[in-house]
Amino acid sequence: MTATEEPGHAVGSGPGQLSRSDVIHVANLARLTLSEDEVDLFTGQLQTVLAHAADVAALDLSHLAPMAHPLPVENVLRPDQPQPCLDRAEVLAAAPSVEDNRFRVPRIGSEPA
Amino acid sequence: MSSAREVAAAVRSGDRSARQVTEEALAAVAAGDGEVHAFVEVLGDEALARADAVDAAIAAGQDPGPLAGVPVALKDNLCTRGIPTTCGSRILEGWRPPYDATVVELLRGAGAIALGKTNMDEFAMGSSTENSAFGPTRNPHCLERVPGGSSGGSAAAVAAGFVPLGLGSDTGGSIRQPAALCGVVGMKPTYGRVSRYGLVAFASSLDQIGPFARNVEDAALLFDVLARHDPRDTTSLRHRAPPTLDTVEAGVDGVRVGVCPDLIEGCAPDVAARVYEAAEALHAAGAQVEEIKVPEFAYGLSAYYLIAPAEASSNLARYDGVRYGLRVDADDAAAMNTATRTAGFGAEVKRRIMLGTYALSAGYYDAYYAQAQRVRTMVVEAFGRAYASVDVLLGATAPTTAFALGDKVDDPMAMYMNDICTIPSNLAGHPAVSVPFGAGADGLPVGVQVLAPPLEEALLFRVARAVEAGAPQAAWSA
Repeated sequence: MTATEEPGHAVGSGPGQLSRSDVIHVANLARLTLSEDEVDLFTGQLQTVLAHAADVAALDLSHLAPMAHPLPVENVLRPDQPQPCLDRAEVLAAAPSVEDNRFRVPRIGSEPA
Repeated sequence: MSSAREVAAAVRSGDRSARQVTEEALAAVAAGDGEVHAFVEVLGDEALARADAVDAAIAAGQDPGPLAGVPVALKDNLCTRGIPTTCGSRILEGWRPPYDATVVELLRGAGAIALGKTNMDEFAMGSSTENSAFGPTRNPHCLERVPGGSSGGSAAAVAAGFVPLGLGSDTGGSIRQPAALCGVVGMKPTYGRVSRYGLVAFASSLDQIGPFARNVEDAALLFDVLARHDPRDTTSLRHRAPPTLDTVEAGVDGVRVGVCPDLIEGCAPDVAARVYEAAEALHAAGAQVEEIKVPEFAYGLSAYYLIAPAEASSNLARYDGVRYGLRVDADDAAAMNTATRTAGFGAEVKRRIMLGTYALSAGYYDAYYAQAQRVRTMVVEAFGRAYASVDVLLGATAPTTAFALGDKVDDPMAMYMNDICTIPSNLAGHPAVSVPFGAGADGLPVGVQVLAPPLEEALLFRVARAVEAGAPQAAWSA
């Protein structure tokens, strides 16, 4: 049996413990389907991890800047010269479905087939 | 089993052929890997063809490179052109990359022989190699125990004597922790030292490729081959790393070593005892040893398990069934994406993707993700204060010796605790190395960790070599 999300759910509606509906919502955002049993399992496990993170959440670190990266990240440019690229046939050979040198996917949304 | 330097010297001088060395390594894998399961793919014909090319170069009077004929095990998240690269995941089963990782090219250029691809926790998420979709790897010193992870296959391949060298990746300790549990040397370079081009991304601001070896000099030799600027990795450092092998025997006279209780006290008593013995060995070798507290390290684990999943949730969005890997068909594209990811990812990967998605979501971004990034700044500043008074730090690598298979698979938080001593270096982007130092109460290997400031790999290997020289002779290395 697959767990489905109730309409209108929003993560971040307030602080507090991670709920089953949060897990279902996050799974939907991440394009994952969970069984009811998996929702129970992951809810408990993620609650444990987030409870451990409470030590971090409780610190007053407002004087520190967030650090996204260990190096000062700067824009890296190279001379605008043509260079060899990946072989198209080799790349397309790894794709699940190909048509006319393009990746083929099923219909997107409700567009006509 | 010879060291990498001995193999390369013998091949370069013509005493042994690269083909002979490669055939022996393939025979060792065939005889022993059935029970260890270090490899997910053994490159028989390809490895022998490479060996023949090295032998032909030597016959033609060309320089075959510093790793001539040395077999190397590659973690299976390093792209190898035309050779399956799975990351331990069903979602990439059968995928053959259309390009080589930079480190694979560098190894080939140095004359090394890629012997095979090694098992790993799926997408490098784990500390035991039990999260592989292709079954666990076992610790060569005790088959009922884990080899650590996530680079458990490479660590086990080196420990088992199949190969003198291996490559792993270290996002939160995934080289150093399995090195400790398997009784080998494992090193994480400064972030940016080794190109990540062709390393399948887990958490891009933390990932770094590094060497496994059975001794410090071999690890330094391999590091020197890998540490190169690469224009294909925008985070690759531009300045050339100074060679480390030349100074590895320079000793530690006058080097200031800070023994860090925050990287020791949470560990099992037998592990802690080995670390203090290593400190004594460094003191005996001429180092100035003092205790230095860095209490900020205590917050590293929580910060890491918000940052790494957040980056992973973004990086792993690419597995959508469109361009490569698994596709599970469905009526429309979104349903196909979902069916593919649901079938292709294992439980730990799903857990971390959801954790990261949650930590990045609107109401919790500041409380979790941004706060964890501030902890990262706090850890970097704490390292800086420590390195104002000492040259290197000394601690444990992992809290215990190798644990039993199955022991922690149902308790993610217990598994995550394995990384508590290794995470600070990843958060800061600093280099660190695990060196075998004696055994625990169960007779299994203990690793001692040396940490150094950014770009100080030469000093790191010097201190590591002194730790190694002072280590008690281990039963398994006899």
